[in-house]
Amino acid sequence: MQVTSSVRQPLVTGGKTYHDVTHDVSRQVEGKPSLAWFLAFLTAVGTLAIGFIAVAATVWEGIGMWGLNKTVGWAWDITNFVWWVGIGHAGTLISAVLLLFRQKWRTSINRAAEAMTIFAVICAAMFPVLHMGRPWLGAYWALPLPNTFGSLWVNFNSPLLWDVFAISTYFSVSLVFWYIGLIPDFATIRDRATGLRKTIYGALSFGWDGAAKTWMRYESVSLILAGLATPLVLSVHTIVSFDFATSVIPGWHTTIFPPYFVAGAIFSGFAMVLTLMIITRKVFKLEDYITMGHIELMNIVIIITGSIVGIAYITEFFIAWYSGVEAEQYAFINRATGPYWWAYWSMMTCNVISPQLFWFKKIRTSIVATFALSIVVNIGMWFERFVIIVTSLHRDFLPSSWAMFYPSWADVGVYLFTFGLFFTLFFLFAKFFPVINMAEVKSVLKSSSEKAAK
Amino acid sequence: MERDTHFILGVYEDEDVLLHAVEEVRSSGVKIHEVYTPYPIHGLEHVLGYKRSRLPIAAFLFGMLGTTLALTMQFYMMRFDWPMIIGGKDFAAFPDFIPVTFELTVLLAAFGMVGVFMISSNLKPWAQPRIFDVRSTDDKHIMAIDIANNSALEVDKIKEILKSSGATEVNNKSFEE
Repeated sequence: MQVTSSVRQPLVTGGKTYHDVTHDVSRQVEGKPSLAWFLAFLTAVGTLAIGFIAVAATVWEGIGMWGLNKTVGWAWDITNFVWWVGIGHAGTLISAVLLLFRQKWRTSINRAAEAMTIFAVICAAMFPVLHMGRPWLGAYWALPLPNTFGSLWVNFNSPLLWDVFAISTYFSVSLVFWYIGLIPDFATIRDRATGLRKTIYGALSFGWDGAAKTWMRYESVSLILAGLATPLVLSVHTIVSFDFATSVIPGWHTTIFPPYFVAGAIFSGFAMVLTLMIITRKVFKLEDYITMGHIELMNIVIIITGSIVGIAYITEFFIAWYSGVEAEQYAFINRATGPYWWAYWSMMTCNVISPQLFWFKKIRTSIVATFALSIVVNIGMWFERFVIIVTSLHRDFLPSSWAMFYPSWADVGVYLFTFGLFFTLFFLFAKFFPVINMAEVKSVLKSSSEKAAK
Repeated sequence: MERDTHFILGVYEDEDVLLHAVEEVRSSGVKIHEVYTPYPIHGLEHVLGYKRSRLPIAAFLFGMLGTTLALTMQFYMMRFDWPMIIGGKDFAAFPDFIPVTFELTVLLAAFGMVGVFMISSNLKPWAQPRIFDVRSTDDKHIMAIDIANNSALEVDKIKEILKSSGATEVNNKSFEE
């Protein structure tokens, strides 16, 4: 039974009992999917199918299908890669960093946020793999195996190789963290089910029985995994930013990149969590679990990280001027006033100005405004990467090689493909997996409100 | 050989009642087989007298293994097996080896610890757990007492102890194995 406090807002509203938690979350898995789910799922699969044409064309014809030219040799693909990896930062941040900080409100949103992380990282990985041109060889080119035609190893001095290790470690550790959390909930579904569902969820639950000793080990594993995942989540976008920061291109060669990229990643990740959670809570009627309090707290994280990103943009500009390096100064003036001024100012508006609207309590507690701004933030974060990458490259060292970048249909198609992939996976997750961590929500149901009252 | 095991189950509804009940039941000389709960309860492992998990030590050792493997691999490949001049850097460019070393440390620590957890808790897809009461993954806390381990006490006496400690139901459960 839930005890409510007069001091603190309860984490779960509606006076839920433990059984209500089980029922409200499990019924999504057990019932027939709604029409809304089917329509959404079919749209996602349709997008995936259309995008697949572009992926097939890229693999068949080669990356000449993309809009890259000899000046701008990195554009749409790496923009999307960094964008998706950035989105993939919120899940582990919510489950690991907020666990270490004992933020109990994370329990309602960590499952879906981690799922989103895993799917976003899968989408991100599409781009470097496709950019290899022959992805079927990419599987071993990136690994430290001796080359068959000599014994040449991969280059451990290259940030691109660090990325291989960082992203694959991040993906697999996040996946394990997520799955460990799912095991007790699969056991709950197993114990409510009969027949085939019992067999399937029985296998997925790994024979979980909820013994006190197992829970003790589970808690220990969660805490250590959180401790490991916290520096990991910070390292991943740091290493992604090294792809640029360790180069000598004006506009990229900046020491501010690692913290600035990490803040941006959390910023865009929380925005994507909000976009998805606002839909999920509505469709699955989980308003008592993902409450306005959760939305408000996530919006506060967006204000903070958005402000860090804003300060980073201004600092970058100031340092470019203060450095006295002409090439650096030109790169930044060109960003703001050159042919890509519209991308720069879209980025500034979406990332620096729009999150400041959340200072108003009316806006940060409005579902419609939050939903709209969460999408605006992710548009802004896409432009951020585009601006950093393309504007730094398109004015090459020789004016004779100055160029513009125009995406081809294949560029757009591959991006669409990843959207289709992301939403297909997310909708499958939402239907077949418990979207809220039942066991953890139950553990905060009583204590969170009672302790506050004492 | 077929062997039947018989248990007495105490069903508890509230986590605080359960914590006191475990202390009471243990102090009255009853050996508890195990307690099954739908969610982790802090302090339950203390009242049950379980030793702290040694999984963090496993994680540390696997992490050390990761660090060692990563550094050995990179120094061997870059400095000894096939040295190459890359951007004028030292062959043994130690700072450049840190990111991969960190990632492999985390990877091995996480996977090693989770592997040990799976093995020690017998978690595997084909495992057939003893389900004492299906409500133990929903909303009830189940205290299981193995009758064979408590031969000094009479069954009715144990049931009485459970009832007075706050159990809302006291049931029997047998497994044929």
